[in-house]
Amino acid sequence: MAALLEVRGLHAQYGATEVLHGMDFTVAEGGITTILGANGAGKTTTLRAVCGMVKRRGDVSFGGRRIDALATESIVRLGVAHVPDGRGTFVNLSVEDNLRLGAYTRRDKAQVAADFERVFAYFPRLKERRRQQAGTLSGGEQQMLAVSRALMLRPRLLLLDEPSFGLAPLIVQELFEIFREINAKDGVSMLLVEQNAALALKLARDAYLLETGRVVISGPAETIRNDESVRRSYLGY
Amino acid sequence: MSRSSLGFQRAALALLLVAACVLPFVISNYRVFQFTLVLVYAIALLGLNMLTGYNGQISLGHGAFYAIGAYAAAILMDRFGVPYWATLPVAGALCLVAGFLFGLPALRFEGLYLSLATFALGVALPQILKYKGIEHWTGGAQGIVINKPDPPPWLPVSQDQWLYFVTLAVTLLMFWLGWNLLRGRIGRAMVAIRDQPIAAQAMGVNTSMVKAMTFGVSAMYTGVAGALGAIAIQFVAPDSFTIFLSIGLVVGIVVGGLASISGALWGALFIQFIPNVADQISKAAPWAIYGLFLIVFMYVMPTGVAGFIRIAVARWRRGRSQAHPSKETPQ
Amino acid sequence: MNTDLLIHQVFSGLASGSIYASVALALVMIYQATHLVNFAQGELAMFSTYIAWSLLQTGMPYWAAFFATVAVAFALGVLIERIIVRPVENAPILSVVIVFIGLLVITNSLAGWIFSYTIKPFPSPFPEQPLFGNRYVSSHELGSTAITLVELALLFVFFRFTPLGLAMRAAAQNPMSSRLVGIRVGWMLALGWGLAGALGAIAGIMVAPTVFLEPNMMSGILLYAFAAALLGGIDSPGGAVLGGFIVGVLENLVGSLLGTELKLTVALVLIVGVLVVRPSGLFGKVHVTRV
Repeated sequence: MAALLEVRGLHAQYGATEVLHGMDFTVAEGGITTILGANGAGKTTTLRAVCGMVKRRGDVSFGGRRIDALATESIVRLGVAHVPDGRGTFVNLSVEDNLRLGAYTRRDKAQVAADFERVFAYFPRLKERRRQQAGTLSGGEQQMLAVSRALMLRPRLLLLDEPSFGLAPLIVQELFEIFREINAKDGVSMLLVEQNAALALKLARDAYLLETGRVVISGPAETIRNDESVRRSYLGY
Repeated sequence: MSRSSLGFQRAALALLLVAACVLPFVISNYRVFQFTLVLVYAIALLGLNMLTGYNGQISLGHGAFYAIGAYAAAILMDRFGVPYWATLPVAGALCLVAGFLFGLPALRFEGLYLSLATFALGVALPQILKYKGIEHWTGGAQGIVINKPDPPPWLPVSQDQWLYFVTLAVTLLMFWLGWNLLRGRIGRAMVAIRDQPIAAQAMGVNTSMVKAMTFGVSAMYTGVAGALGAIAIQFVAPDSFTIFLSIGLVVGIVVGGLASISGALWGALFIQFIPNVADQISKAAPWAIYGLFLIVFMYVMPTGVAGFIRIAVARWRRGRSQAHPSKETPQ
Repeated sequence: MNTDLLIHQVFSGLASGSIYASVALALVMIYQATHLVNFAQGELAMFSTYIAWSLLQTGMPYWAAFFATVAVAFALGVLIERIIVRPVENAPILSVVIVFIGLLVITNSLAGWIFSYTIKPFPSPFPEQPLFGNRYVSSHELGSTAITLVELALLFVFFRFTPLGLAMRAAAQNPMSSRLVGIRVGWMLALGWGLAGALGAIAGIMVAPTVFLEPNMMSGILLYAFAAALLGGIDSPGGAVLGGFIVGVLENLVGSLLGTELKLTVALVLIVGVLVVRPSGLFGKVHVTRV
């Protein structure tokens, strides 16, 4: 299948310190790619680099179009939704306002209203709390809100930065089920960065292993999942 | 710093000193008066620079301390007949205390709020000075007129020249004291507080005390300058001390160079002579130029004239050492 | 003080308070988006008022000149943000304060240069006779308060009920997340400056008939607006508005007790007092610095 997101030779730096030293990876159209690795390997930086949130250079193409010189908001307007680490909710605004902002760049009002309903169908708890201030939601609810806000963009590509972080296992299960559904039903491609390798490998189709800013292992998620030596040395299980 | 460059610096300083001493004899009395004011502003700017450049506390109201020093000198001379040279230490001590007392509550204000509060002080200042309740001392809106001091009878110099040399002596003293202070432990503490306040505190620096003391010393310098300025101009009145005086001082340290001692001199030359030149164009021109310089310097030359010179000299020296690698003494 | 005088002082205080409220609101709008206080706000308002004056000189009818000036002031605000403020967006606070002071100084001297320093009268669109012949408040005071309240109401509706207003609020609160939903944060900032410019222009036009038009007309008012914004909470628009009215009434009452010569000192005391006692003001958020 064609690649929706194609990344070649991605370098990224914070100030003068280079953190990514030339990464290559792809996200297939309609597929789910996961990037795994230990803390500090550069996973979050990778997502930030794709979105233009850090200083980067290299070849990043989205839907055949180069985006490595674009500003974050322009990349987003092409259909890339990023759920950042820390969730990035607008804590002083209501749940509803957060979702409205997710759809800020869209012109199709009727579809936006429909998407509100869809998102509430996935996450009924958000519907209950729609007028509540986002900062008063629990951790799990804020994560749901962050994902929902990203979905309100009707993205072609969803970037997820450690969605399981700090959440109870049951909620994480729910969340990943919903990811699977979104991918299968709505065809949303995903780039998933996760510390919880087992979970990620069950969901994803392709996997890349990151170590200090470089891809060390790549391949179908199934293969990596079944490779005991890789699992033990790199993924710790 | 290599030995050759230290020698170079000393030679330059000596040359400057000789030039400063010869100057009043080769120019008109009016120009001598202008250069006296340059020295006065240099002292004031060194004071402000200690606070804002070295210690990172933004003051948009330093004109207040200048005014306190000026009025102290005027009142002592006019109402109490105190000789002019004795007013200087009094003005200095008064402002040291005033600055310290202002610095204490200011400890709680982060940068932006301090600039707000000092801005308010600067704007309200003329009104405070005109207050009828203290009119008996301050002379109200009319202010106070004082006499220029006479040179000692055995010295064949004019009043302006005498005042110039007195001011020069005070300037040299204050710069020497300031240089020692900034070079030493306290100076390093001041800069540490500016750059990494929490780390400085964690390393045992008594941040509050240093910050309040810096305020006091900075006010003292500006107060002494104010006193000298009043004696030179022979006049103090509330409308001489508007917010534009405080802003002018800020212009001086920005143009001269923040956190730089020599910058005080460059800045003083700038704020003394630009109005003379720009006044020819229009009454409004000097301030338009000030504003333009403030903005442009922040974009283009954030380290001011002093910084520019430093960088230029360093580049020139690097060029030389690349051509003659053996000449530089290894450090 | 007899009741008649007291009532008059209160109404008069509310009228000037409405001016402080709108300038304070302009300050808060810029603070919310940038964590910076625009020291040049007063001068920009003064300059806009001169623009209105020039338009009136050409014979333009009052309300045409009014709206034209507001539009120009809006555009000017946007331009200033894009050209002068943007380059120092991420610079240390001292640099930004200095740039703002530079802007203050340039605007002030440009006004003096172009329009001269002579004091000019400025017309009021409201009739001379007080409404219903009452003896507490003049028509101008009533009218300017009404206009300020209308403008504040419009802004409230804009921010709370329109998508653009929501986007501006979001951009001020969380620029990075705003980018992640596609908001062009830079332009939101520029818009904020534009609105602040428009607010300032209206305040200047409303206050000029009373204090007369001259380049230093707004410096005292700016000080009061600072006091109002700090009192209400520098990041609370509602607080700024309330603060404006409180400061207006306070200024008048204190003025009639202690005499008008120390009015600016009152502002200074208020500013220092609020900063020492409760820096977040009545309605602002208390900020905890993370180490």
